[in-house]
Amino acid sequence: MQKTRRTFLKYAGVSVLGLAAMPAVKAAASYVPHQVHEKPDPRELHAKRWAMVIDTRRLNSDEDMKPLIDACHKEHNVPKIDGPQEVKWLWTDTMHAVFPEQSGEFQHAELEHKNFLLLCNHCYNPPCVRVCPTKATFKLQNGITMMDMHRCIGCRFCMAACPYGARSFNFKNPRPFLDEAAQNPEYPTRMRGVVEKCTFCSERLEKGQKPACVEASKGALLFGDLADPNSEVRKALKENYSIVRKPGLGTQPSVYYII
Amino acid sequence: MLETALKGNSRYWGWISLLLIVMGIGGATWVYQLNQGLTITGLSRDVSWGFYVAQLTYMVGVAAAAVMLVLPYYFHHYKAFKNMIILAEFQAIGAIIICMGSIVVDLGQPQRMLNVILHPTPNSVLFWDMVVLNGYLLLNLIIGWVTLMYQRSNMMPPKWVKPLVYLSIVWAVSIHTVTAFLYQGLPGRHFWLTAVMAPRFLASAFCAGPAILLLVAMIVEKVSSFRAGEEAKKAMAKIIVYAMCINIFLFLCEVFTAFYSGIPGHKHPIEFLFGAAHANYVAVLMWTATALAAFSLVCLIPPKLRENQKLLPWALVALVIATYIDKGIGLLIGGFTPNPFEGFSFYAPTLPEIAITAAVYAAGIFVITILYKVALSIKEETAA
Repeated sequence: MQKTRRTFLKYAGVSVLGLAAMPAVKAAASYVPHQVHEKPDPRELHAKRWAMVIDTRRLNSDEDMKPLIDACHKEHNVPKIDGPQEVKWLWTDTMHAVFPEQSGEFQHAELEHKNFLLLCNHCYNPPCVRVCPTKATFKLQNGITMMDMHRCIGCRFCMAACPYGARSFNFKNPRPFLDEAAQNPEYPTRMRGVVEKCTFCSERLEKGQKPACVEASKGALLFGDLADPNSEVRKALKENYSIVRKPGLGTQPSVYYII
Repeated sequence: MLETALKGNSRYWGWISLLLIVMGIGGATWVYQLNQGLTITGLSRDVSWGFYVAQLTYMVGVAAAAVMLVLPYYFHHYKAFKNMIILAEFQAIGAIIICMGSIVVDLGQPQRMLNVILHPTPNSVLFWDMVVLNGYLLLNLIIGWVTLMYQRSNMMPPKWVKPLVYLSIVWAVSIHTVTAFLYQGLPGRHFWLTAVMAPRFLASAFCAGPAILLLVAMIVEKVSSFRAGEEAKKAMAKIIVYAMCINIFLFLCEVFTAFYSGIPGHKHPIEFLFGAAHANYVAVLMWTATALAAFSLVCLIPPKLRENQKLLPWALVALVIATYIDKGIGLLIGGFTPNPFEGFSFYAPTLPEIAITAAVYAAGIFVITILYKVALSIKEETAA
């Protein structure tokens, strides 16, 4: 009696195990690495080191800069949260805040009270990438400092490391703070507890489009390859006096400001 | 051996229940934080680390108290520390639990925490901090537990424990150094970008850690038959005062560098901390810390006063509060103020933040209590 029950249980156990394993085996058999069925878009823009040149002479008032910020924040579903826990990818601040080490005691009156655009500098030597414990922020081969919001554990080490304050943390669920009618279904929304920032519109470059802010800037922002001496950005830098934010820190920003 | 922790008087159970209640309240608050996000804290875009990370910074030091006793005991055969060793090792375990708990509650996505191991990133100091903290926890657990197990059978600890003890001494230095490197390698954070950050961590750890241990030993003496020994206490007080002097010396080096060079980036955080610019409650705390540090030194430097057992606990409490304000709160808030835009952002921990922190501490103290209970029960058992 006992023996038969034992064998029965044994066979029952094996068959249950087999049934449970079936879907897993099926799933494994149907797995195709996604590189295979995902071909790059032929329109994709390529560069060795993407860079932006901001012609601050052409961006003087809030009316000049607001459309750029709106374009960016709309494109990437950036929530509108007021107060110190805000999320922003592209914003403005005064001369002293943007270039604290480059402003003398007395300044050109116009510059002194002027606002400048701020965004991630996509540093060539980024401290945020150096400190991230999970590789959730990393460099792409085209020079863009990328963010994987699904891997980010929300430790905010990158925020402490970034000398430019370019990073925002989702202190709360950002979705209720999105204008539902104006949402961009092409770009994912985020959840609470992860860090985000400007990605130089990596997703648009893949489709052959320039970044949203560049498109909205009517030529005040230039975008191109810093590694190509004949690119639009290199030409602009050759012909005009430009500065970068906090050059003394050795981060080598890829965002230049023509003054 | 754990069964010895299940027998205790009403005072013991009262203490255990109190800790469990604090853990319960804080645990429920943490669930609330998991649901709402870190928005329930006082943290912001500009001050992105605060009270939680401050506890990591401070308790890493307390964990190191062990090494200041283990080193003289094993390297110099200083037998006076015989009774204290096990308390030191078990305190280290509790302190590290508090450190790790503080990191976990600080994460925005704690359920993804294992990404640190799944995607190991040797260029990140946080990865190394995870390695050294877990390593130190494991070392102290093994050393303490095995020593106790053999003690119970009236036997000397096995030979293989000794290399682990030596390793733990070196390892203790690494937990401070690596935690200090979390801060001192960041460009653009003037207050942290200093080569004496790691030495300061060591100095403040080597005074605050033993000070807390000595206070705890005094309490344990009150509630049990444990005796630390007069010589051990005197020796510890000496260690504490030397380390505190070095700690203050290093801080004054920072002040000199900032104000003699006159570099604004170096000056601003210190001016803010001491209320010369945008003064807020932090300045009150920093001046309180200054006064308490001075008081503790006055009580600890002259041998006559240092050996006064009535005065000693007060001097130690003052020292612990002073170093806590300096290394916990001041270091964190000063590092983020001024922010990268040379602006001043206000930060103060919120009530939920404090409740969660209290729970993390209660968890660490709970583990220490259990371990101490086991150690003391076995000591009484073998003495009888």
